[in-house]
Amino acid sequence: MPNTVIPHQSALQHALKSAQWAGLRHSRETTTQRAVRNDHPERNHSAVEEGAMCEVLVDGHFGYAATADLSSAGLGRAFDRAIATTRALTGHKVHSFNANQRPRATGSYTSPRQRDLDATSLAEITDCLLAASQAMKLSDALVNRSASAMMVQTQINFFSSNGSDIRQNFDMVDITLSATSAEGLESQTRTWSRTGQFGGEVFHRATLEQQAEQAARDALALLHAENCPSARMDLILMPDQMSLQIHESIGHPLELDRILGDERNYAGWSFVKPQDFGRLQYGSELMNVSFDPTRVNELASYAFDDSGHRASREMLIEKGVLKRGLGSLDSQRRCGLPGVANFRSASWNRAPIDRMANINLEPGSASLDELVSRVELGVLMSTNRSWSIDDYRNKFQFGCEHGRLIENGKLGKTLRNPNYRGVTVDFWSRLAGVGRDEEAHGSVFCGKGEPSQVIRVGHSSAPCLFRDVEVFGGQS
Amino acid sequence: MNKSDDFITRVHEHFDRLSTDLLGRLVPGEEATLNISAEETLFVRFNGNRVRQNTDVEQISLSLCLQSQDRTVEQSRTLVGEAGTDQAAVVRLLQSCREEALLLPVDPNQVPVENHGASSEEFRAVLLTPEELVSAVVGVAQGSDLTGLYAGGAMLRGNRNSKGQSHWFATQTFFLDYSLYNGTQAAKGSYAGSQWNDADWSANFQRTRALLQLLGRPRQNVLPGAYRTYLAPRAFSDLLGMLGWNALSGAAWKQGRSPFKKLAENEARLSPLLHIDENFGMGLTPRFNSHGEVSATTFPIIEAGELRNLLVSSRTAKEYGLLANGAAEGEAPRAMDVRTGSLQAQDVLKELGSGLYLSNLHYLNWSDQVSARVTGMTRYACFWVDGGEIVGPIGDLRWDESLYAALGSKLVALTTQAEIDPAVDTYFQRALGGSRTPGALIDGFTFTL
Repeated sequence: MPNTVIPHQSALQHALKSAQWAGLRHSRETTTQRAVRNDHPERNHSAVEEGAMCEVLVDGHFGYAATADLSSAGLGRAFDRAIATTRALTGHKVHSFNANQRPRATGSYTSPRQRDLDATSLAEITDCLLAASQAMKLSDALVNRSASAMMVQTQINFFSSNGSDIRQNFDMVDITLSATSAEGLESQTRTWSRTGQFGGEVFHRATLEQQAEQAARDALALLHAENCPSARMDLILMPDQMSLQIHESIGHPLELDRILGDERNYAGWSFVKPQDFGRLQYGSELMNVSFDPTRVNELASYAFDDSGHRASREMLIEKGVLKRGLGSLDSQRRCGLPGVANFRSASWNRAPIDRMANINLEPGSASLDELVSRVELGVLMSTNRSWSIDDYRNKFQFGCEHGRLIENGKLGKTLRNPNYRGVTVDFWSRLAGVGRDEEAHGSVFCGKGEPSQVIRVGHSSAPCLFRDVEVFGGQS
Repeated sequence: MNKSDDFITRVHEHFDRLSTDLLGRLVPGEEATLNISAEETLFVRFNGNRVRQNTDVEQISLSLCLQSQDRTVEQSRTLVGEAGTDQAAVVRLLQSCREEALLLPVDPNQVPVENHGASSEEFRAVLLTPEELVSAVVGVAQGSDLTGLYAGGAMLRGNRNSKGQSHWFATQTFFLDYSLYNGTQAAKGSYAGSQWNDADWSANFQRTRALLQLLGRPRQNVLPGAYRTYLAPRAFSDLLGMLGWNALSGAAWKQGRSPFKKLAENEARLSPLLHIDENFGMGLTPRFNSHGEVSATTFPIIEAGELRNLLVSSRTAKEYGLLANGAAEGEAPRAMDVRTGSLQAQDVLKELGSGLYLSNLHYLNWSDQVSARVTGMTRYACFWVDGGEIVGPIGDLRWDESLYAALGSKLVALTTQAEIDPAVDTYFQRALGGSRTPGALIDGFTFTL
């Protein structure tokens, strides 16, 4: 992807005539989406989004203006807008900031990859997706066989009036294979996905065909499977569901801007209070959770956040005790708590806010078989299909695509419509086993903020065992 | 001419020049559709009745859909707004589409480009400066814990194609979507329009504050169970928003993904009290979609509980032999209008008797697609009512209920008054559209946690 050169120095100098500090974040992102459904092309779309966010500090208040005009004059006008609006509103600011929240930093980051995405042709990707769609063609009951891929290449350059010069380049791939079976009024969907910072090496035709065929077999099996039973019982969550569990019941409630109330009108507040850090027993002693933007290939790895803060791995929860929140330098200044480098924006036209990056549950030592052997009666659930949690991040209800009954320490029949519900701290206190074989998953669509933003997050976990959880099935 | 007027005029002229140039470059065998989407917005985020962040955004995005040799390719990019730079970028876009088309398989569901006519609508307004706006908001809310978002400015949508079709829509609007907090208790408010009026804003704020004051009564502990429940218009709008998640989509029905499969196949029906139209006459969003197809001003989706029309795009229509009705690509309602009923506002509490009054719902999702079951939470001003009187606020409750029941046998009454719930989504860009819904009284609504 070509690197755009912008006249950042002159623009920053222009801004400094009226601002105490100025920053310029230039972003260029190319998103390419390819989709095949029932062996025919469904969507071929590419988008280039490019612009700059001009950030100023005026009388202790940070304000922003976004422009796609990257000329010296265009950036100058955007800085003028940011300064004028910020100066008009600084008397009403929520907090008085200073340039310490924008430390000088220099460095770079490039996603790990074995093969450039640019070197992977459209024809090759389409061929892989067509092969996957065809591999799902096992029965006429498979009414929908879709294979899609989204390739994202992002270049973010950050410059500031105190000398920051950061250049980061990300390559990300999100592949989804999905088979839907239907018979009469019943239908079931099974999905396989792979998401992370990769290059073209993930387009391996044989692997995609194999996963697609398995998804189709599962979808057919679910069509005639029994409904998940409704009772309190043990629950094993596979890594692709643990990803959602971690995201909703650990990641979001630990965001310091939520705890500070910024999100109360939209995403919500948090049951976590500032005084809980260092004290709250969030879960069982098996629970160790990290913020880790350094993890190779995980979706939300980076070297610096959008304030220029250098990113590092930090423990959020150790032996079940809450240690640290997900808060940027802005939030840390506001509440006096330690945080992480997570001031991130979705694109050039949005101001950064506190976001998750990679939030990982540290692995334990048990194999999946060992976890299953500890269960007298329970359900093993895979792959999220339904998610809902309250605005304080307490009461959740999640549903999965695929279940397996566990009886007397052995995996049994397939179950459809498996769901479970609980309350966050109580649920995590029931964590009774953490597997050793972790997998990284993630989402490219984590929504939050006003104005709203979707951002990429990664979550790594092994299978986990929870005791005595409310499990239930569908009505059909 | 104010700043936003200038933006509308400038982008309109820019789009006309760019599209004329690009469509003139097509060669025989090529057809193309162009869409432009732009906005000039001031966002101000409030917390504690103070400003957390302010962001000025000016953005223009152009998309080109090229049909060539039975292939379909779509590409889009941000525009700078300067003629020379953007013309060169758009020419490169065309070239890139041509190169991709050579590599793709034939698209059997391609819908031929046609001329669906021309339209032009512009709604101009005068919006406040940032200083005026913030002074107006925080002045009225002084002493209150107000949190929320103001977004105001111009929003534009344009469409042209190689068959001569041309559509244009521009509007200048604002919204203040806000919550008032008292400790952990909160009430939700929204003030939107095209002309800020201090008296209207003050009245809006006072109504929300009065609701917040009701939350000061002793908190009621409500156990899971089935309760007679009143969903205020905003809560009912939240529930009906789920119809946009595949329930009314023609493609989702054919592909086994529709929670309303039973309704579509006459295996179930909803309450005869329920009438839902797609009504572009409300003026919330343009009638044309990204293909330039124009919907009827109004058409029925559900009449007396029976499905009259799914939302069907022309691409779905071609693939499955259905009749297209101007639906956009996602086949979700864009201007849902729910007909009012007979329940007078002053009778709501009396008719509710003993049960739950819910002002808002939160974080809805399908919990069992086949039975159209939805789960979600209560949020904001929600009360336990007994003997037709509000007793006190409740804690957050999780509910899980089938729409076949909530909109079917359990639906008791709809109110005589409906409220417009304008779209306040701001992902990627400010959303157009919204819905108009009355309040709904429902028997035996199921709460689970």
